[in-house]
Amino acid sequence: MENLNDVYNELIMEHSMNSYNKKKLDKCDLCKMGKNPNCGDEIEIELKLDGNKIQDIGFTGHGCAISQASTSIMIDTLKGKTIEEAREIIKTFIEMIKREITDEEELKKLEDAIAFRNISNMPARVKCALLAWHTIEDMLKEQNNNTQK
Amino acid sequence: MNVEDIKKDFPLLENREITYLDNGATAQKPIQVIKAIEEFYEKSNANPHRGAYELSIEATEEYESTRAKIAKFINARHPEEIIFSKNATESLNLIAYSYGMDNLKKDDEVVISIMEHHSNLVPWQKITKATGSKLKYMYINKDFELSDEEIKNKITDKTKIVGITQVSNVLGTINPVKKIIQYAHEKGAIVIVDASQSIPHMKIDVQDLDADFLVFSGHKMLAPLGIGVLYGKKEILDKMTPFLMGGDMIEYVYEQETTFAPLPNKFEAGTQNVEGVIGLGAAIDYIENIGYNKIHDLESEVVSYARQELSKLDYLTLYLTPNVQNHCSVISFNIKGVHPHDVASILDSEKVCLRAGNHCAQPLLRSLGIDSTCRVSFCFYNTKEDVDNLVKALNKTYRMFKKYINK
Ligand SMILES: Cc1ncc(COP(=O)(O)O)c(C=O)c1O
Repeated sequence: MENLNDVYNELIMEHSMNSYNKKKLDKCDLCKMGKNPNCGDEIEIELKLDGNKIQDIGFTGHGCAISQASTSIMIDTLKGKTIEEAREIIKTFIEMIKREITDEEELKKLEDAIAFRNISNMPARVKCALLAWHTIEDMLKEQNNNTQK
Repeated sequence: MNVEDIKKDFPLLENREITYLDNGATAQKPIQVIKAIEEFYEKSNANPHRGAYELSIEATEEYESTRAKIAKFINARHPEEIIFSKNATESLNLIAYSYGMDNLKKDDEVVISIMEHHSNLVPWQKITKATGSKLKYMYINKDFELSDEEIKNKITDKTKIVGITQVSNVLGTINPVKKIIQYAHEKGAIVIVDASQSIPHMKIDVQDLDADFLVFSGHKMLAPLGIGVLYGKKEILDKMTPFLMGGDMIEYVYEQETTFAPLPNKFEAGTQNVEGVIGLGAAIDYIENIGYNKIHDLESEVVSYARQELSKLDYLTLYLTPNVQNHCSVISFNIKGVHPHDVASILDSEKVCLRAGNHCAQPLLRSLGIDSTCRVSFCFYNTKEDVDNLVKALNKTYRMFKKYINK
């Protein structure tokens, strides 16, 4: 791998070691556990809504630096967004990781989460970066199904 | 024969500039094994047992002579006590289904150690549930070993089957298998030895151990992927029902009934991995040519050095027995505060290959209060320089994380 620091960059290290956003919410509207049994990574994401807006998100659990940082940075990015905006950002993040989007303009909406753009240089770690995003994607999908019922 | 000469036999180690310390997952292959497979396809390939022409008879001879070679290698009484499988996992499943299912009754007990690989654990959950028997564990002490008391407490008159790995794939602990077998036999239980992690490093003598079953995978002992061995005492195997049904394992097939072939064919349904068998034969030749004594000398020098150097790194937690004589090849550790997968990724950038994760031994790691470790595992082709590369890469990893850990 050419540059380790592209992946283990300052922002990712800061988030992973400092547990920003690691907290339990007093009350939450949505809650979901994400697991990577292969690595033993487990994160539980709690989300509080204010109407259609994401008011707060917290996470608990454990895992590697990449999965912890990715969860924390995701929370920073999605907090305050509407559910629709969040869905769009999640989709863009996943496509960025898969190298399907490289357009800088489009990636801007990811804010700090753009720090993970080089993770595909470490194929073994892609699933760590995606764990939280897939978890919240499923969570919002279930929310959608419930409201449509 | 020195290590540099030995290394030249391994094309991958020549072709890739890496420090390969994941031999517990699979070992690299010497050119002699690769060539033996090539030669088989170039000169002898046919389906054994299925043709009356010279080529098929030759293929059958090669296949059967390798069986005899393996029998001799582990000192089995009869070649037909050697059954080919795809790996240790399949061998263990065969035992669980064909022996366990038929011989366990309600309230019988199966005793295994907490350090078993999932392949010698998950099948027993299934079989004990199905038969109403119980699955019990022998736990380890603070030295990461099984104590005599623990063995005697768990193996009782109720015990019918004991499953034990000879060397732990996480801790490198060598278990007192011979003693366990003796004790289990006194209690009327049979013993299954998982030799997957021991056979690459030490001489196995099934008669001396008095093992009822013994299993291993070829790929951890220089042979190709996809070939495994089940050893079983003839009198036990003879009584067992087949595991997989189909071609080659039958005598007469009628519309509603079938009679089965005698050993070993009874347990070898369908076309077998003949190239794997040939490769395994060549791997055994290779090991015997170096000799287990020499292998032991080469490995213990490097492993002792690794123990010593890793012990100096105070940022590591080692999961390692202090008793050198009870330790073989494998060392697990963690950098305090850093996840093993991050360690593995950073080591990878230094071309050091090790394994990070639960090593298919989740109950063991849970009992230690962790969910993963970094694991290095050595083969006789590893050198002290490999250990130095490892230490250098670990120091780099620690430096990278240190300033964040201390915040
Ligand atoms: C102790 C032990 N038993 C069993 C196995 C299973 O081997 P395989 O995956 O080749 O079936 C392994 C290897 O991973 C092992 O280390």
